[in-house]
Amino acid sequence: MTYSEHIPENDKVIWLLRLYVAGQTFKSLNAFANLKKICEEQLEGRYQIEIIDLLINPTLVKNDQILALPALVRKLPEPVKKIIGDLSNTERVLVGLDIKPLHPKKGLVNEFQ
Amino acid sequence: MQQLLKTPTGINGLDEITEGGLPLGRLTLVCGGTGCGKTLLAMEFLVRGATQFNEPGAFMSFEEKADELSKNFASLSFDLDELIDQKLLTIDHVRLEPAEIEEAGEYDLEGLLIRLGYAIDSIGAKRVVLDTIEALFSGLSNKNILRSELRRLFLFLKDKGVTAIVTAEQGELTFTRFGLEEYVADCIIFLNHSVYQQIATRRIRIVKYRGSAHSTNEYPFLIDQQGFSVMPISSLNLDHKTSSKRISTGVERLDTMLSTQGYFRGSSILVSGTAGTGKSSLAAHFVNAACTRGERCLYFAFEESQNQIIRNMHSIGIDFSQWVEQGLLQFQNARATQYGLEMHLVAMHRIIDQFKPTCVVIDPISNLVATANVAEVKSMLSRLIDYLKMKEITVLCTDLTTPDDSTLEHTEVNISSLMDTWLLLKALECNGERNRVLYIIKSRGMAHSNQIREFIFSTKGIDLRDVYIGSSGVLTGSARANQEAKNLAEALDCQQQIEIREREIERKKLAIEAQILALNTQFEAEKENLIRLINKEQQRNHTLLLDQQAMIKLKQADTPSHLDNALADTEKGDVE
Repeated sequence: MTYSEHIPENDKVIWLLRLYVAGQTFKSLNAFANLKKICEEQLEGRYQIEIIDLLINPTLVKNDQILALPALVRKLPEPVKKIIGDLSNTERVLVGLDIKPLHPKKGLVNEFQ
Repeated sequence: MQQLLKTPTGINGLDEITEGGLPLGRLTLVCGGTGCGKTLLAMEFLVRGATQFNEPGAFMSFEEKADELSKNFASLSFDLDELIDQKLLTIDHVRLEPAEIEEAGEYDLEGLLIRLGYAIDSIGAKRVVLDTIEALFSGLSNKNILRSELRRLFLFLKDKGVTAIVTAEQGELTFTRFGLEEYVADCIIFLNHSVYQQIATRRIRIVKYRGSAHSTNEYPFLIDQQGFSVMPISSLNLDHKTSSKRISTGVERLDTMLSTQGYFRGSSILVSGTAGTGKSSLAAHFVNAACTRGERCLYFAFEESQNQIIRNMHSIGIDFSQWVEQGLLQFQNARATQYGLEMHLVAMHRIIDQFKPTCVVIDPISNLVATANVAEVKSMLSRLIDYLKMKEITVLCTDLTTPDDSTLEHTEVNISSLMDTWLLLKALECNGERNRVLYIIKSRGMAHSNQIREFIFSTKGIDLRDVYIGSSGVLTGSARANQEAKNLAEALDCQQQIEIREREIERKKLAIEAQILALNTQFEAEKENLIRLINKEQQRNHTLLLDQQAMIKLKQADTPSHLDNALADTEKGDVE
């Protein structure tokens, strides 16, 4: 029995993730690619990604107290969590999003198994 | 040649010490310890900009929320909400919760820049404040990114052409904890908050001002209901105009001692003396005289309350309550230790500006020493006196000296050199009583008496009396009264002696005259007698001659000529 089968069905909520970027920079593209990859691996079918380009909508900058870019905000499930950077450090992203890894990489100790 | 342009801050005194304000379109770093007034300085810069120069301002707060700021500044009579409504101010609170943020990979502070850019553009801000940008250092862990991003942020602000203030906490050895002074190189203002004898004094210093002359000294400043006030000393020069008009001291005999006309208008007068020598009473006479002339007087009392002064002065016949009612006299009572020196100075400036008096009394200045060291008090008083002289206000300061000193010719705060006229009151102890005496130690620009006067209180006020100087020294009080009585008795005695002598002369004259009369009478009597005898003899002689003639006739001889002559003589008549 895999780990995910231990999780009750009703806990499998939709993850609402919001990625703030400023234009299509190298960092923002990287961040999006990294996020997509992590979500596919860990939250398959249970996530939504919303991308906000602050160059287009600067008024939204105050909403989530954004300073550093790129910034990822976990709107759902509560509580709100924030990760900044291009999300290249997957472990930090997982810690930041509070996701227990489903398919740990080689060399990572998985204490849940 | 183009000079560095400056933006006036509108803050009291700051524009003077920066010679025009902050560098236009550049960054100014305001640093200092906790609670030294960085946020206030920055906010006042925006508020003054909005209200006085119609320049909108953006405030980016990393510490306090917008509503907290509004509340805090409401106590300083700054209505931030109204300015926000008028689109003259925008406050953006940037919340940094290090615990909430996970750093995963490369990032930059583009978000902050967008946010700041948006805030600036939304109201067309000309002035920007970042308070306290160092909060970023505790919020974000990657210092390298931060440093390069801050550099980019400051460049961004310069590109925007806004005049910005960045605040930062003071570091242990550096001006700022995170070395922001390395990035902000145009102007650095350092605020300091030091405590001396439990009284805090705030000071401001322009550490650096690239491309501009500025005052390098440390200036005291204070924060009160009207905001930030810096008190520069250097703006006050020794070029105030002087008056040759004179005003009464309120004590007639003292006027006489000061070449009959009293103090110079606009001069500074020091009344020093030990406890209970009548310093305040002398000040009260001065005030009373001024109010009687219809002039406005301001009385700074650091020891007594208004009612106490009014009651006490009533006992020497001075009714202050009428002047207070007429609005000619205003009391300002405060404990010297209540505020720091600078607060006192600013408060005095403000009150003087509002009330516009012609005479000011500070009673006593020696109490101010309790709040700071002597040098600071001297500096503060010199600034105050310069200010008053500039406004042609006559100031009378009282100074309580310690009685254990043998000379007394010193002041508690060594300010005698600042004073134009110095009166010394002293208690002389002899014959079991203490009596007050007054000297004029100096009075610039007038011939003044070098005599000691005794200083007497009565229900009609102060009276000055001459003292007696005898072999036993100066006589005052009952000894003087005694001497006066003695002198009076002597004078009376002398007068009586003179009268006795005069009467004696009269008597002698009369006696002599009587004698003369008697002698005259006697002489007349004798004279009469003798004349009678003479006449008789002449009669007889005549008769004899007639007989001889008859004889000659009888003898029919010649009449000798000598007989004719003699006969003619005797016929001439009686001797008178």
